[in-house]
Amino acid sequence: MEPENIKPGSDNPKAGNSELTKPTAPPSTAPVSAPPQAVAPQVANVEQATPTIIRSKIERPSIDEHKFAKMSRRELLKVAPLLALGAFAIPRFQQALLMKGLRFSDWASARLFRQSLLAPTFADAHLTPFEKFPINDYDVDDPGVIFENWSLTVSGAVQRPGDYKLGQIQALPRVRQNTRHICVEGWDVIGRFGGARLSDFLSKIGADTSARFITVTCADDYYESLDMATALHPQTLLCYEMYDQPLTREHGAPLRLSVPTKIGYKQAKYLTDLKVTNVLQKVGYWEDQGYSSFYGL
Amino acid sequence: MGGTVVEITRTNGEETETIGRAAYEHPLPVRLCHWANTIALFVLVGSGLQIFRAFPSFGAKIPQKDLLNWPKSFAIGGWLGGALQWHLTFMWIYMATGLFYLGYQLLSGNYRQVLFTPRDLPGVWPMVKHYFFFGPKPEVREAYNPLQKHAYTTVIGLGVLSVLTGLAVWKPVQFSWLAWLMGGFHRARLWHFLVMWAILAFVLGHLVMVLLHGWNNFVSILTGWKKDPEY
Repeated sequence: MEPENIKPGSDNPKAGNSELTKPTAPPSTAPVSAPPQAVAPQVANVEQATPTIIRSKIERPSIDEHKFAKMSRRELLKVAPLLALGAFAIPRFQQALLMKGLRFSDWASARLFRQSLLAPTFADAHLTPFEKFPINDYDVDDPGVIFENWSLTVSGAVQRPGDYKLGQIQALPRVRQNTRHICVEGWDVIGRFGGARLSDFLSKIGADTSARFITVTCADDYYESLDMATALHPQTLLCYEMYDQPLTREHGAPLRLSVPTKIGYKQAKYLTDLKVTNVLQKVGYWEDQGYSSFYGL
Repeated sequence: MGGTVVEITRTNGEETETIGRAAYEHPLPVRLCHWANTIALFVLVGSGLQIFRAFPSFGAKIPQKDLLNWPKSFAIGGWLGGALQWHLTFMWIYMATGLFYLGYQLLSGNYRQVLFTPRDLPGVWPMVKHYFFFGPKPEVREAYNPLQKHAYTTVIGLGVLSVLTGLAVWKPVQFSWLAWLMGGFHRARLWHFLVMWAILAFVLGHLVMVLLHGWNNFVSILTGWKKDPEY
């Protein structure tokens, strides 16, 4: 044994000195007749008091078995606060606790998001072939938008609300980018998306960019929202092209969102309405069923 | 090493006899971290496997080649959204526990009893021979033998990797350098999965050793005190 074990509680502040006593001298030389508590005061310097008598024994602090049991129970109780985590197993509290966790994740995600940080872009050689680009809908592949009558209805905290035709959006500088599209399910594809920067469109409509959110509604009753920081990100597009071709109906014609800094369900298709607002009545189709509201990548 | 060793005494009238020994092996912060981590790991693995069920593959979506159809009854969360709620909640508990543990070990110096260092290398082979090839039992002088130190040090590394691979999967844009280090988003997802199995392999070995070493050993991670240590 290492020498420090001879000194009572030398490297162990948890076990207080009062608990640990030097081996008491044999009964013949020391009057140890008192109950266990009375042993404690004898933490005297044993080396000095009884150097010759216990020389042959390994000198160690000692503790009465009852005191040891009591100390063990107390140490066990100190771990008990962890039982609080059991609240997660109680149905009444479970959902509220998980929602707190989800909201904390969203809060942290918003803090992590850096508007100046661009999502990785890829060479054409890395593109997923267009025919292998998955089509994810929640109900129909084609909500039957009549293109001739289509316009994007703009409302909320903007100077120029009203209906905007596709041509007005296409008149804004066109951006084409090969970015990764990641589904919440776990799969991903690298696609080529083209369109106008949402930030350019927001300037065009005179949006109050100090507002907190952009919301969109879709021809198929899908709806979504974006935080303003993401809406103003240079890669966030009002997308009307994929693979340099006009959007197909399954991919959200005539206009969809392409947001390389967000998870797939944020990239709403078949847009019909866009609103700038400070208040969210609803967050999004999936978010309102319990998915992350922010889900930035 | 191995903390304070005390003798347990029994007093019968005038006689005081030594009836056993006990070693204080696990300081309270370590015990708290152990059990918080046990719970967090259980939830993260269960919910992670439910998340994996949504796309049980590591290749392209089209065509999708399912790798493993994990049964729903051995998963947590019930559906993808529910599993994500569990995962995104307990990952914070897991990370906070890990940071607290590392901070405590470093500041208290307690890491010295468990960190595997080159000094422990010569002791590895005798322990392997003992555990796996019926070799003689090497003398026990510390709370952790060289193989234990190796396992506990490795699993801390795996814990760090599980967080880093998880960050690469969760935030592949903000931490694109992490995803890049892991060979891209696809690979990061695969690494996250493999790290989980590596941690589970540790847990299995850990549980077997606890069963083999008996009750006193198990109690020590609850009370801190191990009765009748071998050293």
